Amino acid sequence: MKANLTRRSLLQATTAGVALGAMGLPARAQEIDELVIAYNVNLPSWDPTTGPSAVNPTIQGIYQSVFDMFIHQNTDLSPAPGLITDWGWNDDDTQVWMDVREGVVWHDGEPFTPEDVVWSLERAADPESGNPIQSTWATIGNFRIDGNRITGDVLQYDPTIFKWMYFLTGYVLPKHYYERVGAEGFEEAPIGTGPYMVDSFERNAFVRLRANPNYWNGVAEFETVTIKFVTDATSRVAEVESGNSHVTLEMPYEEYDRLRQRPNIAGTDMPISDIGMIFINDVEPMLDRNVRLAMHYAIDKELIIDRLLSGYGVPIDTMQTPDYLAYDPSIEVPTDPERAQELLAESGYGPDNPVRFTIQTTRGFKPKDYEIIQAIVGMWRRVGIEAEIEVYEIAQHFELRAADELAPAAFYNWGNAVGDPTTSTGFAMYGPSPHSVWDGQDLIDMINPLWGESDEEARIEGWQEVDRYIAENGLVIPLLQYVQPILHDPRVEVTQHASGALLPHLMRRA
Amino acid sequence: MQFLRAILLRLATTAVTLFGAALIVFVVVRVVPGNPIAMMLPPNATEDDVARLRALYGLDKSIMEQFVIWLGGVVQGDFGTSISLRRPVAELVLGRLPATLELSILALILAVALGGAMALLGTRWRGRRTEAAVDVANGVGMSVPDFLWGLLLILLFGVLWPLFHISGRVSPQLDLPFSTNFYLFESLLRLRFDITADLLAHMFMPSVALALPLAAIIGQLLKQSLKETMGLDYVTLARTKGYGETRVILREALRNAVLPTLTLVGVQFTFLIGGTVIIERLFSYEGLGNMAIDAVINRDLPLIQGIVIVFAALFTAVNLVVDLTYAALNPRLRHA
Repeated sequence: MKANLTRRSLLQATTAGVALGAMGLPARAQEIDELVIAYNVNLPSWDPTTGPSAVNPTIQGIYQSVFDMFIHQNTDLSPAPGLITDWGWNDDDTQVWMDVREGVVWHDGEPFTPEDVVWSLERAADPESGNPIQSTWATIGNFRIDGNRITGDVLQYDPTIFKWMYFLTGYVLPKHYYERVGAEGFEEAPIGTGPYMVDSFERNAFVRLRANPNYWNGVAEFETVTIKFVTDATSRVAEVESGNSHVTLEMPYEEYDRLRQRPNIAGTDMPISDIGMIFINDVEPMLDRNVRLAMHYAIDKELIIDRLLSGYGVPIDTMQTPDYLAYDPSIEVPTDPERAQELLAESGYGPDNPVRFTIQTTRGFKPKDYEIIQAIVGMWRRVGIEAEIEVYEIAQHFELRAADELAPAAFYNWGNAVGDPTTSTGFAMYGPSPHSVWDGQDLIDMINPLWGESDEEARIEGWQEVDRYIAENGLVIPLLQYVQPILHDPRVEVTQHASGALLPHLMRRA
Repeated sequence: MQFLRAILLRLATTAVTLFGAALIVFVVVRVVPGNPIAMMLPPNATEDDVARLRALYGLDKSIMEQFVIWLGGVVQGDFGTSISLRRPVAELVLGRLPATLELSILALILAVALGGAMALLGTRWRGRRTEAAVDVANGVGMSVPDFLWGLLLILLFGVLWPLFHISGRVSPQLDLPFSTNFYLFESLLRLRFDITADLLAHMFMPSVALALPLAAIIGQLLKQSLKETMGLDYVTLARTKGYGETRVILREALRNAVLPTLTLVGVQFTFLIGGTVIIERLFSYEGLGNMAIDAVINRDLPLIQGIVIVFAALFTAVNLVVDLTYAALNPRLRHA
C-alpha cells in the first residue's frame, strides 16, 4: 500500500501527535488535589535542632511544616502564641515563665505536654546534643512544671531569649517518641505537632506531606503536599512552566518577570529578611575613615537595584530593614560621588592616585552578586578607588570570616528572621563574635551594655545609636534588602512570610 | 593460572590506588579553605562554641591523627558519619550508588546503540550523503557538552512538549515494594512495568544527555575502524563469495573493528560516570553525583571522602572489567 503524504494527512498526524503528547500534560483546568512545590534546596536532616541544617534559613520552611516552634511567628515577623501561649520574666528578671497550650497532640496521637517543652529546652542546652546555639539555650534552666505553666531560672540574662523561641533551633520535639526511637529512628520517621505529617521522604528527591487532621491552628487546605528538591534554577522554572509543579521560588528576576506574564503562571513577591552587604575588615586601607565613607557614598544602590535586579530590592543604609524593630529611617548614607571624592582627596587619594584593595564576593550564590560587585567597583573607580575582585565560595567566606581573615571588603548576605538588632547589627559587628571582622574597641564598648539591657525601649534606642555610629564611621556597607520571587499556578494563592520561609500551610486554593 | 595471577596482581594495585586516593582526598579537603564548623556557626556563636563543635566532629586533632582514626574505621567498614545528613556514610553512599549505576548503564546502552547505529549507517552508505550526515551529527554530538544537551532536552521534552519528567528518579505517588535500591532492575524482575515506565520517564532525559557525547565518539571511532577493516583481504574474500554489503559489515568486519572501540568505551564510561555529577544535579536525580555536590557545598568531609572512594573503586573496577573483556575477545591476548 502506498502512503500519500498530503497536507491534510500531515495536519491530521500532527494533531494526533500533539493530542497524544498532551495526555502526559498535567491538566490545568482541574482543581488541584495534591500541591507540588519545587523547592530550591535539599533537606539534609530531619532534626531541626542539630547540625548544619539547623542554622540553614532556607530549610526552616520545611521544618515549620512538620514541627511547631515554641512561639509562633506572624508573616510580618512579629511573635504569636504557639505551643507556648504566653511568656515573660518575673519582676526582677531572675525567672522566666511560659504557659503551654492545652489540647495539642503529636502526629502519633499522643498528647503534647509541658514535659515536651522542658525536655526540648534542656536538650537544646545540652553541650552534647550538637545544637549550634546551645550557649543561648543554656542561659535558662532548672525548670519546674505546675499545671500548664513552666517556670525556669535565668542563669544569664538574655533579653532575646524568647525571640530565639521562634528562630533557629527553636522547635519543640516529642520527648516520648525521641526517647523511644532514638536519633536514627527520628530521622527515619520524624513526628511533630505541625500542620503537616511526613508521609514519605526520599533524600535529595522529595518529601510527601499529609495534612495533620488534629492541627491546633486549623487544618491545612491542601490534604497532600509534595515538596520536590530541585536545586537547579532552570529545572525549577521548567517544573512550573510544564505544570509539573504548582509553586517554586528563587529564580532569576528576568525569568520571574517573563513567566508571570503568562496566563497560566502567576507571580508573588515581597521583601524578606535577607540583606546584601559589604563587610569591612579593620586592616589597611580600611583604617582610614575617609576611605570607608567614600566607598559608601560612591555607591548608587537604587541604580544597582533598578538595572541589575529588575527593580526587586529595597536600598538600605543600616543593617536594619524597614520591617526590623530597630529600623531608623533618619540614618541615611546618600549617594554622593562628589562627597566621596572630597573625602578621598583629604586622604591624598583621587582618580589619578587611587586607593587600592581587594574585594571578595561570591558568584551565583545570591542574585547577581558578582555583577553587583562589578558595578560597585565601576562606581568606585570614578571617584578614585581601585578594587580588585576576588571570587570565593560561600564555605571560604565562612571560614575566613570566623578566622577574621576576610579581605578589606567582602560581599555577603545576612538573614535575620526575627528582626531583632542583636541578630543583625549585634552579631555582625560585635568584635569578639566569630561573625564580625570589625574589631574596633569603641564599637565593642557601645554594644556591650546592650546584651543585657532589660528595658526594651532603651535596648532598641541603644542599637539605633550603634547603627548611627556605624553609618557615620563607615564600618559596614549595607546595600539592599532582597525580594523573594515566587512563581505559582494561578489556582494557588500563596501567602509569603517575611522570613523567606515558604510555608505550604499558608497556601490556599484561589 | 597466569590469568588468575594477573587478576590478583590487579586487585592488589587497585587496593594501593584506593589507599592513595583516600589519603590525597583526606588531606586535600582539610587543607583547602572552608570548613564545616564555620558553615554551621549561628549568629551568636562564641569561641567556646567553635571549640565545642570542632571537638564534637573530631576536627580538633591533627590531620594525620584524623586519617589514622578514619582508616581504622574504614578497615572495619565504618566510613564515619555525615556531618550534614547525620547518617553513616557507608549507608548513604551505598544507598545512592544503585541510582547512579542504573543511570550510567542506561546511558551507556543508549550511547552504544546510537553510536553503533550511526557507525553502521555511515559505513554501509560510505561516500554518500548519509555518511556526511553521520559525520555532522557526530561532530555536533561531540562538541556540545552533556549539560547543554540536558538543558535542550528540558526545553523540548520538559516544557514545550512535556512528555518526560524534569526532576527526580521516581514519582512520589508510587509505592515502591523493593528490597534494593536498584529500582529499575528490580521493577523488571518483579514485572512491575508500571514502575519501570515511570522510572524510564524520569531517566530518559538525563540518560540521553549523558549518552549523546559518548554516542558521537563511539560512532566516529567505530565508523573509522569499520572503514579500515572493510579494505582488508578477508572482507574482500567475503564479498567475492557473494555476501551482501550489510552482511559483510555485520558478520565479517564488525567483530574485528569493535576492539579499539571497546577500549574507548571503557575509558569513556568512567568519564560518563563522572558526568553524572552535573547531570544529576540538573535533573535533581537522587544519585551519588547530586549528593557529592551537596557534600562539597556543605564541606561534609566524611561524606566527600566516602563518595570519592566509591567513585575511585568504580573507575578501577570498570577498567578491570574492560581489560578482562578485551582479553576475552582478543585471541592474541587470551592465549598470551
